[in-house]
Amino acid sequence: MLETSNLSKNFRLHLQGGVRIDVLRGVDFHVSAGECVALAGPSGAGKTTLLRSLYGNYRAGGGAIRVRHDGQMIDIVTASPRLVVEIRDRTLGYVSQFLRVVPRVSALDIVADAARGVSPETAHEKAAQLLSRLNIPTSLHALPPATFSGGEQQRINLARGFIGSHPILLLDEPTASLDNANRDIVIAMILEAKAQGIAVVGIFHDTFVRDAVADRVFHVLPFQDAA
Amino acid sequence: MTDQTLLSARGLNLRFGEVAALHNVDCDLWPGEVLAIVGESGSGKTTLLNVLSGRMAPQSGVVWYRDEAGALQDVHAMSAPALRALHRSDWGFVHQNPRDNLRMGVTAGGNVGERLMAQGRRHYGDIRAEAINWLAQVEIDASRVDHLPRTFSGGMLQRLQIARTLVTHPRLVFMDEPTGGLDVSVQARLLDLIRTLVRKLGIAVVLVTHDLAVARLLAHRVMVMQNGEVVEAGLTDQVLDDPQHPYTQLLVSSVLSA
Repeated sequence: MLETSNLSKNFRLHLQGGVRIDVLRGVDFHVSAGECVALAGPSGAGKTTLLRSLYGNYRAGGGAIRVRHDGQMIDIVTASPRLVVEIRDRTLGYVSQFLRVVPRVSALDIVADAARGVSPETAHEKAAQLLSRLNIPTSLHALPPATFSGGEQQRINLARGFIGSHPILLLDEPTASLDNANRDIVIAMILEAKAQGIAVVGIFHDTFVRDAVADRVFHVLPFQDAA
Repeated sequence: MTDQTLLSARGLNLRFGEVAALHNVDCDLWPGEVLAIVGESGSGKTTLLNVLSGRMAPQSGVVWYRDEAGALQDVHAMSAPALRALHRSDWGFVHQNPRDNLRMGVTAGGNVGERLMAQGRRHYGDIRAEAINWLAQVEIDASRVDHLPRTFSGGMLQRLQIARTLVTHPRLVFMDEPTGGLDVSVQARLLDLIRTLVRKLGIAVVLVTHDLAVARLLAHRVMVMQNGEVVEAGLTDQVLDDPQHPYTQLLVSSVLSA
């Protein structure tokens, strides 16, 4: 569903005298339908950089990232920005650690807005179901999430990521600020997604979660070790 | 996904004496797409907007617009009446200062209804009902429909201008700092309104803003301008999260986060 070949990424900080930081080099990675791959490695090794590169959020320095979109493998490193927007719309879902939304929009609308290919009524129904499943009480659905707790915001984010049922789902620490009960719900949701044939790539610091969902662990090594 | 651009500019140049306001600017916009032009004051953002919308002529370069029939129009070769007709129907322009667009001597409802009448609508009751509907969408109370804009606050004027612009469901809207100078609660509502309407109606937008947060929430793509040149362009989140050009890095790192 998704593969990289010889992917590299470096950052050049022009404001810090042009310092160049190499993060990824020669990364060959793949994930198949219905499979969950966990990215592992010490802090600062480049896990998030890899995940963000896969989403096209970071611009790859070299190599290719091929995504199966409408039956074709498309390299998002060279694809036009418009095509990347469309791939994200239909194929590639992403759950970040932080919720970034237009202020004053209700939690329910935020989640329903991310649904694909359904009527607004169905989208709202699905959104309400997902939020309730994630233990967001109905009384909060109509409120904008700016005042919610960290764990609640993350669950809004998760609902938004899962409602689209994208064929590929990228998860950046989906359970980081959740209690055990909610963590178990997220594990169940990831397993269901896999059963539907969705390819999942995630960063899970919680080894319990990782062992529960991941079929395979992909080690991201700090640059100097990889050389 | 259609490959036909709605608006397309090539090799735009415009100098004000020694100052290059636009230097070899290319730009493409597809139907339903929101493109943000960001950069500091004096970087040429508004000049580019004015040239793209035919309000200002470039010294060289061309701007093509694909009309509803699919024919390409050279915006700067069109006759003045044809361009005015385009601005009245297919296009909308949201100014930074709403007084540049609104007719201050006409009621709020009249300001919204006028665009409909310019399109040939004649049923007074329908026009009034639609005007009130649009005032409600921009959170202006229906009781203000017969009031003159000069009795409105700055934020209300801006909302009135948005209602006046979008009432005719234009295909392409140019926006110059639409949320500039508004209090933040209004800004948030306006952002949500613009985003929802643009999606629902499939409107393409060229948005000039110095506020990177506005660009992030509204735009699919951004163009970063400095001294009349486009120094970086691409996916909004990619340009803002992984800026490549020194100027973009400076811009992104200079933002205060509340």
